[in-house]
Amino acid sequence: MSPLPQKVLISAQEVSKEFRLPQTLGRRLRGQPPLAVHALNGVTFTLHHGETLGIVGESGCGKSTLARCLVRLLDCDDGKVLFEGKDIAALAGPDLRAFNRRAQMIFQDPYSSLNPRMTVRQMLNEALSVHRMRPRAKIPARIDELLDLVRLPADAADRYPHEFSGGQRQRIGIARALAVEPEVLVADELVSALDVSVQAQVVNLLLQLQEQLNLTVVFVAHDLRLVRHISHRVAVMYLGRIVEIGPTEQLFSSPRHPYTRALLDAAPELDPGTRSTKVAARGELPSPINLPKGCAFHTRCPHAFERCAIERPILSPRGPAHEAACHLTAFGLPSAAPIAEDTVGS
Amino acid sequence: MTAGMATPAAPVLSVRNLTTTFSTSAGRVAAVDDVSFDVMPGEVLGVVGESGSGKSVTLRSIMRLIHSPGQVTGSATWHGRDLLGLSERELRKVRGGEIAMIFQEPTTALNPVLPVGLQIEENLKAHTPLDRAGRRLRAIELMNLVGIPEPERRLRDYPHQFSGGMRQRAMIAISLASNPRLLLADEPTTALDVTIQDQILKLLLELKRELGMSVVFVTHDLGVVAATCDRLAVMYAGRIVESGPVRAVFEEPRHAYTRGLLGSVPRSGAERTMLLSIEGTPPSLAAIPTGCAFNPRCSFATDICRRDKPQLSPIDGGRLVACHHHDQVAAAGSPIA
Repeated sequence: MSPLPQKVLISAQEVSKEFRLPQTLGRRLRGQPPLAVHALNGVTFTLHHGETLGIVGESGCGKSTLARCLVRLLDCDDGKVLFEGKDIAALAGPDLRAFNRRAQMIFQDPYSSLNPRMTVRQMLNEALSVHRMRPRAKIPARIDELLDLVRLPADAADRYPHEFSGGQRQRIGIARALAVEPEVLVADELVSALDVSVQAQVVNLLLQLQEQLNLTVVFVAHDLRLVRHISHRVAVMYLGRIVEIGPTEQLFSSPRHPYTRALLDAAPELDPGTRSTKVAARGELPSPINLPKGCAFHTRCPHAFERCAIERPILSPRGPAHEAACHLTAFGLPSAAPIAEDTVGS
Repeated sequence: MTAGMATPAAPVLSVRNLTTTFSTSAGRVAAVDDVSFDVMPGEVLGVVGESGSGKSVTLRSIMRLIHSPGQVTGSATWHGRDLLGLSERELRKVRGGEIAMIFQEPTTALNPVLPVGLQIEENLKAHTPLDRAGRRLRAIELMNLVGIPEPERRLRDYPHQFSGGMRQRAMIAISLASNPRLLLADEPTTALDVTIQDQILKLLLELKRELGMSVVFVTHDLGVVAATCDRLAVMYAGRIVESGPVRAVFEEPRHAYTRGLLGSVPRSGAERTMLLSIEGTPPSLAAIPTGCAFNPRCSFATDICRRDKPQLSPIDGGRLVACHHHDQVAAAGSPIA
């Protein structure tokens, strides 16, 4: 494991985002405001230069909304995102263009994120000329270079997206993002639409490119195995909040939040020898429209007690660079491990 | 599994030379090509493969859900009767009765304009002699069995009022209504979150034990196979390339594709290292390479692989493999050992 790099590149401070639902007649008559989905409820973290931060959580936890807020595809309602100390919401003109170039996003669905009527060459050409990355004469050479970088054949340039497989399309998405030489890459479920063997190719490519180009990566995914494989640090999200954040190894070997524990237990291991019959987490995700009071996880937590339903725990230190938001500060310590491992052989 | 060696039990379902073809603009293509396998009583058989490998079409062919211009040949023997040769009338007793199926996307598999309770009762009406009141009681019992809270109230709810996990539970309740002996599950947890997937997998295993069913579980996730299945069959380009007990295959894969699949899954202890990926992409069904279909992506391939199609042949330990060089693949070791 490489030592944690120190220079802060992006920092999110109490970022909140809600999406209003259409107002209903009944609510209007009663003088109530429209309902809203509370996607993000005060997310705070820092992203260091050169690191990979993994963001995991189940659907509806706000991880994609967070990714979009980080590159200003969405404006946050409350709180702010700082890029090199400057609030990105206040950027305008050349500063905004520079930020747009330096922070790039790659999307989940390789079938809808590429323009079907543009060839690969046109897409890359557009990115390169809009940001004036190269003099016009040098653009063709740069396109060849980019295709080589993501390991697509040189004749790919004059083909349309429908002629490529899912894995190849994701490579085109990566090439397009890299064309403008960004510093931060925000990858939202980069490989979840791909087959397992193709996933591995794209993951390998991302790891190599990061070394080669010294990229900072935010890797948003629901697949714990994948996030563990790629990230230096991991943040676990639940209902719009970070419940635990820490160095990958520590977080996975000794999770300090019951939700992280449940996620890890629920993810099937590749070892047929260890099978558990116990369900990792009961119940389902509460609605993000009516968030539970207190700790959002208390409705499903096997360790919940009275205080959890009343008072929301805040992130507090659990070790070097490791924080968790749980009232049980001793949860996950080896001495106080109350969880019985009832695993049975198959 | 080991007891099966002494007194070999008769398989409940025996599929032989199943071939399913579709006509496309590129001519007839085989989505399933000469597939044979057995399902033993009370076992969970995992069918693994990537998209387009023919795993779902295999299940649908057995259930006679392939319609013209698709053509199915071969046989699927269920308690002495060939399912592929049954008349529509006889088939209706078996399908949804003795053999039930659950699908990946409960949203599209359930009828959106009927309450969930009515959909369970429909199946009870078709396959059990229960009267109206009896069906209602049984429907409540089934909803309890699959873990849907407040079943009396939820019987009247429509599918859109259920969450994804609850819809999948409702679909399982419908399929269990007829007391099936065999459950065909087509990626039943792929659309679900990991904690909900965990709940559904454990529910299926518990029901299997309680009701003594056999299960064929189609999935692309090897972790799910490790957690649920007794045996597995790996499919590639419409054919089974390797099958055997899960533990033995994971410990010593003998087909390069199985080995590559196992190596593609990130595992703990090897963070930020290169994964053992498989180069290239699965072939289009209209252009399957001659010889072994996997040869252009295989690092063990030689001339014979490009010329002769390897047959699925038995090796020790109740395993089958279709590879000319399975000894070399075994010698290369398992990527997860």
